[in-house]
Amino acid sequence: MVTLSVNDLVVRYQSQGKDVQAVDHVSFSCKDNESIGIAGESGCGKSTLGLAIMKTLQGNASVAGEILLDGRSILPMPDTEFTKEIRWKKVSMVFQGAMNSLDPVFTIKKQFEEILKKHNFGGDHKQAIEYAMSSVGLAHSVLDKYPHEISGGMKQRVIIAMALILKPKMLIADEPTTALDVLVQAQIMILLKKLKKEGLSIMLISHDLGIISEIAEKVGIMYAGQIVEFGNMEDIYKNPKHPYTIALLDSIPKLNETKKIIPLKGNPPSLVNPPSGCRFYDRCPQAMEKCKKEPPKIKTASGFVMCWLHE
Amino acid sequence: MEEILVVKNLKKYFVKKGLTGADKEITRIADGISFSIKNAETFVLAGESGSGKTTIARMILRALEPDSGTIIFDGQEITNQEDHLKKIRLGCQMVHQDPYASINPRMTVLDIVKEPLEIHRIGNKEERNRLASHALSQVKLEPVDDIISKYPHMLSGGQRQRVAIARAIVTNPKLVIADEPVSMLDVSVRIGILELIKELQEIHGISFLYITHDLSTASYIGHMIAILYRGKIVETGPINEVLSSPRHPYTQALLDSISNPDPDNLHRDHKIRINESSGINEYQGCRFRARCPYAIEKCKQEPELEKISEKRQVACFVKIN
Repeated sequence: MVTLSVNDLVVRYQSQGKDVQAVDHVSFSCKDNESIGIAGESGCGKSTLGLAIMKTLQGNASVAGEILLDGRSILPMPDTEFTKEIRWKKVSMVFQGAMNSLDPVFTIKKQFEEILKKHNFGGDHKQAIEYAMSSVGLAHSVLDKYPHEISGGMKQRVIIAMALILKPKMLIADEPTTALDVLVQAQIMILLKKLKKEGLSIMLISHDLGIISEIAEKVGIMYAGQIVEFGNMEDIYKNPKHPYTIALLDSIPKLNETKKIIPLKGNPPSLVNPPSGCRFYDRCPQAMEKCKKEPPKIKTASGFVMCWLHE
Repeated sequence: MEEILVVKNLKKYFVKKGLTGADKEITRIADGISFSIKNAETFVLAGESGSGKTTIARMILRALEPDSGTIIFDGQEITNQEDHLKKIRLGCQMVHQDPYASINPRMTVLDIVKEPLEIHRIGNKEERNRLASHALSQVKLEPVDDIISKYPHMLSGGQRQRVAIARAIVTNPKLVIADEPVSMLDVSVRIGILELIKELQEIHGISFLYITHDLSTASYIGHMIAILYRGKIVETGPINEVLSSPRHPYTQALLDSISNPDPDNLHRDHKIRINESSGINEYQGCRFRARCPYAIEKCKQEPELEKISEKRQVACFVKIN
């Protein structure tokens, strides 16, 4: 089991002389055996958050704050030590669009062996690969195939198997179902649910609150680089507090519901020069004068909300 | 209510030749598709990728030549005659999936929106500018005077899609084909686009052909639906009836696969009533047979669409409910 805690994490990108604050003082934690969902729109910093935990950010990013994994602080750790002890062994990641990153000129088996070699895996290679394949429900015959011979859903399963091969305790899955067909999406979710039951902690990064509800006990709602609301999934879905969370949950059309939905106006602010005060101010239906000041972090039953309304 | 578009028995096979030219692989991307769209109605074509949704749209606009079948638009059968093509390409417009690719980055918003008017030689320069500005205000891109001189890179995804919709309605079309218009957009701006489509329909009486794989957004704006599977319509009818009591196993599986944001999901097993594909020839008999959990011996024959009520049709031998 793994415990993850992120304290005051800040990630900045330097881009064309501009300072982009992609993750802005984000704090959250999840306990043993819990899975967490990070929800938000494109450009809110959710993928950057995942990459920061894996220490795979691009060269132009600067990181501050603290990430504790099983009590060990990983940010000051040298990269060699992180690769040797943590990356892929304790926590691994399914990157967004990763199924397109399979090398077309090697068989699936070759690509599995590459990972094992890179990580100096001491045990029986064949056994480890076959175990990983069967845990994602793929037949062993797939191993001899090239990526173009298998379907998108199978490729995604292969990618998940590759992430699981060194038996990590935690898996960060960044939009694992986008670009897949509806039925295949649901099958991948069923697979993640099964892996979770077998003891894997999953951090699911997605814009889809529907699939997050299948997996996550804890949910963080991200907006413009900040986690604006965090807590137990049930509390957040049943009793959302932040106006953005409310708007996000309302904006999903549900089957057999003919209720008219009022669309959220405007767009998220730019992260180059984010406005001071509440970032949701321009779009918030309940904005007040006070909201021009930085909102406080208010404790809720199972987490926190960053909003003046709940002061 | 009169019908704006009638599609009858539309067929298109794609043939992929092997190296020698002898071993051919045929994909029946549209295999006898028939449906009709009434005035001021939204008709949904739903199915997974590769089911032929976009191919059907392209054949309606004659961007692609059908192998056989008839398309009747506004009471006129559309053939390759020039005046026919003009009629459908003026009266029927399209909104594409990806607003980052469908509008020209080197043109200003005004030029993008008035291009269809120039192509169809409608009005003089001032009239075109006026019509384009009017279309932009209809899609709520305001203030219009600021927007018209902008370039696409200065706009967000939702705004770009509004530009694409303005371009589609500027010629005052009777039918707009919207091919996954919201799938590339963020959740919070999707509803805005769907509301806009509804509103344009109310004001102008435009009919929409809404192509999607997402049944939730479909149910939000649609009136009628046809479920496509591998080039065939397997179920069709009024959208609320079809989605509340699906009769085809494929429709049922599509509905099973939706995850609503519901906290109870966490402790519930998610089940989809579908089998792993068993690799049998899908063009013999029912195409869904390989994945269908209810398949029976009879499914080796090809099921045809049959009426099950006034407005609903299903192509399945098994009676599920």
